[in-house]
Amino acid sequence: MSNLEDLYREVILDHYRSPRNRGELETPPALRVEGFNPLCGDEVVVYLLVDNGVLTDIKMTGHGCSISQSSSSLMSAAVKGKSLEQVRGLITTFKTLMTVHESSIDSSEPPPLQDVRALGELAALQGVVKFPVRIKCATLAWNTLNQGLDELSAID
Amino acid sequence: MTTFDPRLVRADTPLLTRIINGRPITYLDSAASSLPPRPVIDAMSRHYERQHANVHRGVYQTANESTQSYEGAREAIARFIHAPAGGEEIVFTKNATEGFNLLAKSWAASNLRSGDVVLVSEMEHHANIVPWFQLRESIDIEVRFIPVGDDYRLDLGNIDELMKGVRLVSVTAMSNVLGTVTPLKQLARIAHEHDALIAVDAAQLVGHAPSDVVDLDVDFFIFSAHKMLGPTGLGILWTRRDILNTMPPFLGGGGMIADVSTSGYVPAKGPTRFEAGTPPIAEAAGLSAAVTYLEGLGMENVARHDRDLTQDALSRIDDEFGGRVRIVGPVDTDHRGGVISLDVEGVHAHDVAQVLDQFGVCVRPGHHCAKPLMKRFNLTATARASFGPYSLVSDTDVLLEALTDAVKLFG
Repeated sequence: MSNLEDLYREVILDHYRSPRNRGELETPPALRVEGFNPLCGDEVVVYLLVDNGVLTDIKMTGHGCSISQSSSSLMSAAVKGKSLEQVRGLITTFKTLMTVHESSIDSSEPPPLQDVRALGELAALQGVVKFPVRIKCATLAWNTLNQGLDELSAID
Repeated sequence: MTTFDPRLVRADTPLLTRIINGRPITYLDSAASSLPPRPVIDAMSRHYERQHANVHRGVYQTANESTQSYEGAREAIARFIHAPAGGEEIVFTKNATEGFNLLAKSWAASNLRSGDVVLVSEMEHHANIVPWFQLRESIDIEVRFIPVGDDYRLDLGNIDELMKGVRLVSVTAMSNVLGTVTPLKQLARIAHEHDALIAVDAAQLVGHAPSDVVDLDVDFFIFSAHKMLGPTGLGILWTRRDILNTMPPFLGGGGMIADVSTSGYVPAKGPTRFEAGTPPIAEAAGLSAAVTYLEGLGMENVARHDRDLTQDALSRIDDEFGGRVRIVGPVDTDHRGGVISLDVEGVHAHDVAQVLDQFGVCVRPGHHCAKPLMKRFNLTATARASFGPYSLVSDTDVLLEALTDAVKLFG
């Protein structure tokens, strides 16, 4: 069962059972972005409040599997209070972590990443890459956040 | 006289020898696709090794054999569902979904007028919903839904009202989510009393129980080969010859014509009119073998086996988990087949299926292409286990063991 323990780490189960930053923000001033996974019906809604280039608040609602919901909770905790530039950086790092490296699926070695440590608790999600069909669950919230940042920069 | 022993069916099914995550595979996804037995696989190999050629018009021996094999599959299916005029009433499609598209884009598009109603149910697969919405874009038809009651069965209490303006009733024989079996004879009688026709999505029925289109008194019967131990890529639409001969062609191309000139074309007569291009020839050979195999098992026996397994699984799931694992569907096996949707409290269906995979258990998580039904019951996904003629009580044992682990992990 070692694979399964890799996927469902305690941090993930904790964020699934007690999601952080759950709720809504008033729009405006906040921006509301929706993300769907049409294949499995997972859904996240991200509310972003940006002030002076800093993501001062983030709230999320939605429903889905433990991976999609814990990933959005972990994400919200990681990006809140960060500058938009730092948030972009985290998105890139996380998506690299979720990229399937053929070699890393078969071995127990983590993917070659210098800055996994910078991800903190988020690194708990790296077990997901061994389950390729679940990667889309883990990246749903991040893609939605990224879309929100694109919309914000289009406004500016 | 037929004999039926699920252990022999299992021995005939090569895929069931697989080891998954260190455990023998426990295949509980026959509602999505059934596993072909050796004779079906052999028939397809034999076709390619011995007789493969394109069908129709070839005069050499293998082309004749290939044609005979393909047309023979039509006769085999006609026999299997008791089509009164034989293979002339059998159209081969790509899958059941294409069958419904053929029904909508050929028969319905040429027979329905603005304001006519197509009556489906809330428990339909998207294949029997989306083509009607698409038709609505060109003809202003109404798509009306028979509601599903809290008992997971069709609510026909208001059927006379629902039937107003209906030209076609199009319903599933058995829900691919709930397992609910619909009262087809009753619906056929109601449809005909209102001068409407009735089409049946028989995909979940044909591989699991006897099918007799005359006894059911239906007008269209649509299903797929791969849910009855046959290969993928081949679906079947049956309709009475008098209806079939009035239906305009659906897809155009080679094989479906009587004549083509620079000024136009004349479509062929009979089912080939709907079969443009090279058809799935090897698959048809596989389907013939599947029909022979199922006839050998006896569909009454297969149905009884399904019922016994379902009864056993339902009562054990309830005993073991109580309210923690909810069965989304009727509990009475008189009204249901061997498709069991589970809603595990506090655990998403994808997570259930992921844990089950570690035990080699194959179930299907998700909305099962029936989103209106999921919405009706306020669900986003269920984990669905379904049986086939090769399923054994020991499969349910492993399912329960794995479910226990899933409940514990997320508990």
